[in-house]
Amino acid sequence: MQKTFIAKIEAIESGQRFLAKFSGIEIVVFGHKGQIFAYENRCLHQGGPVGEGMILGRVVSVLDSEKRLVREEFSESEDQLICPWHGWAYSLQTGECAGLRGVYLKKFEIVNEKGSVYVQSQS
Amino acid sequence: MENLGEANFVREMAVGKREGFNSREHLRNAELQADQRGYKDILIVDVDAHHYENQYFGEIFKYIEDPVLKHLALQRDGNPANILFNSPNNQFNAGRLLRYGGIPHEEAEGNEHPETTRSRRQRTAIGIDYQIIFPTPMLALGMHPDPQIETALSWAYTRWWTEEVLPQDNSVKSMVYLPFFDVDASIRMIKTFGEMPGVIGFMVTSTRYAAVHDNKYMRLYAMLEERGMPLGFHAAFNQQERLFEGMNRFISVHSIGFVLNTLIHATNMIINGIPERFPKLKILLIESGLAWIPFLMQRLDNEYLMRTNEAPLLKKLPSQYLAENFYYSSQPLESTNMEALELTMKMMNAKTQLLYSSDYPHWDFDLPSVIWDLPFLDDQAKRNILGLNSLEVFPKLKAEVLGKMKNA
Repeated sequence: MQKTFIAKIEAIESGQRFLAKFSGIEIVVFGHKGQIFAYENRCLHQGGPVGEGMILGRVVSVLDSEKRLVREEFSESEDQLICPWHGWAYSLQTGECAGLRGVYLKKFEIVNEKGSVYVQSQS
Repeated sequence: MENLGEANFVREMAVGKREGFNSREHLRNAELQADQRGYKDILIVDVDAHHYENQYFGEIFKYIEDPVLKHLALQRDGNPANILFNSPNNQFNAGRLLRYGGIPHEEAEGNEHPETTRSRRQRTAIGIDYQIIFPTPMLALGMHPDPQIETALSWAYTRWWTEEVLPQDNSVKSMVYLPFFDVDASIRMIKTFGEMPGVIGFMVTSTRYAAVHDNKYMRLYAMLEERGMPLGFHAAFNQQERLFEGMNRFISVHSIGFVLNTLIHATNMIINGIPERFPKLKILLIESGLAWIPFLMQRLDNEYLMRTNEAPLLKKLPSQYLAENFYYSSQPLESTNMEALELTMKMMNAKTQLLYSSDYPHWDFDLPSVIWDLPFLDDQAKRNILGLNSLEVFPKLKAEVLGKMKNA
């Protein structure tokens, strides 16, 4: 396995996002709610810089027992990464596209070793 | 797991709302696409991009001729009063599209106008050689209850645009806004601005209740046909349209609204034989996408064959007029079903009738890759759509491009 240093954990936890470029592939590394994520920084739609986008809870509709709409709210358990070009949204946990199920952003493994965050790949 | 190798660089990225917004940086990934696809060797003409002219109303309103309207517009302690026709709007998708917050703060380079800087940056990143830029909020003026506002504001806007901004950059072009309600005022616009550098056509905002086949418009069409300058109908939506009163979402109103008036105007044009009356008048239907075209072709052909008496000027099927006499801008290109898109492009003769448009910076903009990457188009069709078809629609642009090639 090969590891490439990205940043110290403190920098990532402070909300900074980092770009790393490997052989032409741009990867964005960032933290959210105590977890660290690494995705290819290219939206599956028209190639926008998805890693620059907002992170928001998925919007969910709340229906009552008679299936009438009560309200809409942001999910507290499912956050999304949203491309800033056109708004395509992806599950933050899995990279799955909200509108096209079964289609995923490319996700990369990250390793946190003693406060240093690495992107890991096969050697 | 993929072998990534060593990172070429690691850096902190700019994210979210930030100071110093730069359109070229925002479109960095577009510039990579342009490099990868070799756009520098391809003529790319974007026939529909935009700015937010309301940012510059302080510069525009001084050109309003009517003293009473000018007084109204300039009130509120120097902040331009809003004299537009407004609808609820969620173009920025509740803040998800970050450029909407950034563009108003983009700073000019040197002494040039901020619009010149902004448009050059996005054009450079996307790979566009020439670009027609239209206003944004003013696209709703055809619905204004006071038609004098449309006449006054289109005049003031066009003076500002052609005198203060357009001369700064030869790559930016204009289809001048015609206040369609007032034919005399529209003809004055054509006579005043038609020969100005950068003006290559004229535009009517589609969102209006005008009957485009009304006899009063015939001298307008004749004038444009004689001058060889195209007439664009630019779509928009009107949330306050009575038909939309039950539609609660931007997506719903936008999906239907941007097509509705185009369907109506194209139908009226064809059934009333405008292409037969003015066979050399080039009509460009802007920003309705393509999916509506096969629908209208089939509907009109089917009914025409049973009611030819209601369309006595026609010499061919309505679908043939749509495929031969009209031109179309490409955005928003509906591409979720490739088989449907391929058939649509075949039915409408996209190879000769379709013109690439980005609609940048609006929320649903398209990069040239939406055309360049289509698997069913041959190389010539792609080049036609991305640029060469525009030269046929816009003779002034063609003369300029050929002149530049000759001098190169």
